[in-house]
Amino acid sequence: MSNVLTLQNIGKSYKQYPSKFSRLIEWVMPFLGARHKKKWVIRNITFDVKQGETIGIIGVNGAGKSTLLKMITGTTQPSEGEVVCVGRIAALLELGMGFHPDFTGRQNVFMSGQLLGLNNETISELMTEILSFADIGEYVDMPCRVYSSGMQVRLAFSIATAVRPDILIVDEALSVGDVAFQAKCFRRINDFKEQGTTILFVTHALDDIVKHCHRAILLDSGSIAMSGEPREVVNEFRDRLFGKSKKKTIGDLCVSSDSGNGELSRTDVFHTQPLYQKIEHRWGVRTAEITDYMIKSNGESYPVSVAGGDTVEIKFRCVFYQNIKSPIFGILLKTPDGINLYGASSRELMDDQIGLIMAGAAVDFTFKLKLNFNTGPILLSVGLTHCDEYGNDEPLDRRYDSILINVDNEKSFIGLVDAETECVIEVIE
Amino acid sequence: MFSLLSAIFRYRGFIVGAVKRDFQSRYRTSMLGALWLIIQPLAMITVYTLIFSEVMKSKLPGISGEYSYSIYICSGLLLWGLFLEICGKGTCLFIDNANLLKKVSFPRITLPVILMFTALINFLIIFILFLIFLVIVNAFSFTQLLFLIPVVFTTLLLASGLAMVLAVLNVFFRDVGQLISIVLQFWFWFTPIVYPLEIIPGWARKFVEMNPMAVTVNSMHEIFVKNQIPEWLPLLYVSLLGAVLLILGLYLFRRHSGDMVDEL
Repeated sequence: MSNVLTLQNIGKSYKQYPSKFSRLIEWVMPFLGARHKKKWVIRNITFDVKQGETIGIIGVNGAGKSTLLKMITGTTQPSEGEVVCVGRIAALLELGMGFHPDFTGRQNVFMSGQLLGLNNETISELMTEILSFADIGEYVDMPCRVYSSGMQVRLAFSIATAVRPDILIVDEALSVGDVAFQAKCFRRINDFKEQGTTILFVTHALDDIVKHCHRAILLDSGSIAMSGEPREVVNEFRDRLFGKSKKKTIGDLCVSSDSGNGELSRTDVFHTQPLYQKIEHRWGVRTAEITDYMIKSNGESYPVSVAGGDTVEIKFRCVFYQNIKSPIFGILLKTPDGINLYGASSRELMDDQIGLIMAGAAVDFTFKLKLNFNTGPILLSVGLTHCDEYGNDEPLDRRYDSILINVDNEKSFIGLVDAETECVIEVIE
Repeated sequence: MFSLLSAIFRYRGFIVGAVKRDFQSRYRTSMLGALWLIIQPLAMITVYTLIFSEVMKSKLPGISGEYSYSIYICSGLLLWGLFLEICGKGTCLFIDNANLLKKVSFPRITLPVILMFTALINFLIIFILFLIFLVIVNAFSFTQLLFLIPVVFTTLLLASGLAMVLAVLNVFFRDVGQLISIVLQFWFWFTPIVYPLEIIPGWARKFVEMNPMAVTVNSMHEIFVKNQIPEWLPLLYVSLLGAVLLILGLYLFRRHSGDMVDEL
């Protein structure tokens, strides 16, 4: 297999000038030397891509993924190094960006096609195919400004993929279309793959990377942190995102300040723990507070991923600043798109009411539950409530979406919940 | 240089399409449509002719004829229009197309080429109207058209050279765009378009004659008003100046086209 894409020591820097005039001075009097500082956003990127390979690129926002892709497609030039690519690249990066709002879909197909370097005869030949794939009906002859964003993406995707490219770059642009169209797009991408198109794939859906890619590349602050087998790279990425490395440093800190052997803290260190999510929404009257937590599964604390069906222990510490009569402890598990997976509280789970907790006391509460869920991230909310004298629930401290747990389920099934199905087959003569 | 030309050739479909779209987009949403292409320059010419020849009773020294002053103004104004369109739009060329440049990978050199063709076609449309007027007032001869070609070519070269330099500079120094719109206004009145060169005092005339646009506009006057052969030597100088500017512009463009997208 030959290389279709070679990146030799690619780097991209932006020039930063101390003042508006320094650039002028640098241009007019170059002999005075450079006055700018270089800000490297990406550096020392070297990799080859073989024909027919599917490669996933992952990294946090700002890791340099888009810059890298832009240099591969040619919209920006690398500041150092060289991109060599053989064949035609199609990028599904900013779909529909080139559309002129006043022109009809059909005219815009011509314009986009011309921008791809196709001539008019070829575009005319492809027109029927493009329009039938986009399936936007009578809108083809209406100006693009009346299109919905979904329609624009449909049309743009159809144009960009009308001719099979040698290299296809897929960003998350596709998420705009509806599910049926997305399925159609992925079918087309798969067809290309089978015909030998190389695919570069950027997404935050890590499971897709594992499913579809031959190789994954992890970018971290502008350089390649890891490259290789998708599952390993994805796991490494999760480690970096949700904790492992962070846990070590926090652990060191804990030794000095706290007892260190799994004891939870009375001061609020919740937000410093691994797996904590900054997107947390915290509210309540705060006459008692949740200050720390511990997650355990299979003897591992703060696990980066939990196998589907495994039991996890979620333990959190509540510190009371006032006397609270019969507090209620609760948890809620949600998918990132907000679907409730499971929620329960001590009120339903425990037979006896918890009595009065005195001011100054701390309580550790532990939930043990089985994660019978499908592969994917789960956001965990914890909360502390009590029932006031009128019988109304008064939230004391609620920490919504504050912890992220990744479930990695070996079983494959459709949906969110593992119903632990058993099959019985009886052949009747 | 060769790679630029081959890129232009490969993307000829895009260039032709973009020029067409530029004209279409101007009248697509208006009711009078393509008529506006003609109405606007006609209105401008009418204003200048009315004010200078009727209201202010300006006369051209040494030339008689009922329409000579109108011809004088039109011929100069049309050529200035060509120059202004390329320089004015050219300065903001890359900034106006920032969206396209940032999102789509295509040879950037096609953009100035598109602008040049659009401006030239615009010029030709109005010029045909002017020719019809010349035929009607019986002041037309075919040799005029022959002499016109080098004059238009010179203007085109000068304008594109200047536009190319300014377009690149304006991406990095946005003050250029602001400055140039002022400069172009002064430049217009510094060029003998609506007034004859003869009314300028002697000491200032030297400076006006150094103005390259004065040379080309003057050639237009010689062709259409005086029905003479234009002086070739000054035109040649202006062409050379245009060529130097164009080479400088292309050099700047090649050198900085990599950084350009980062600044947009």
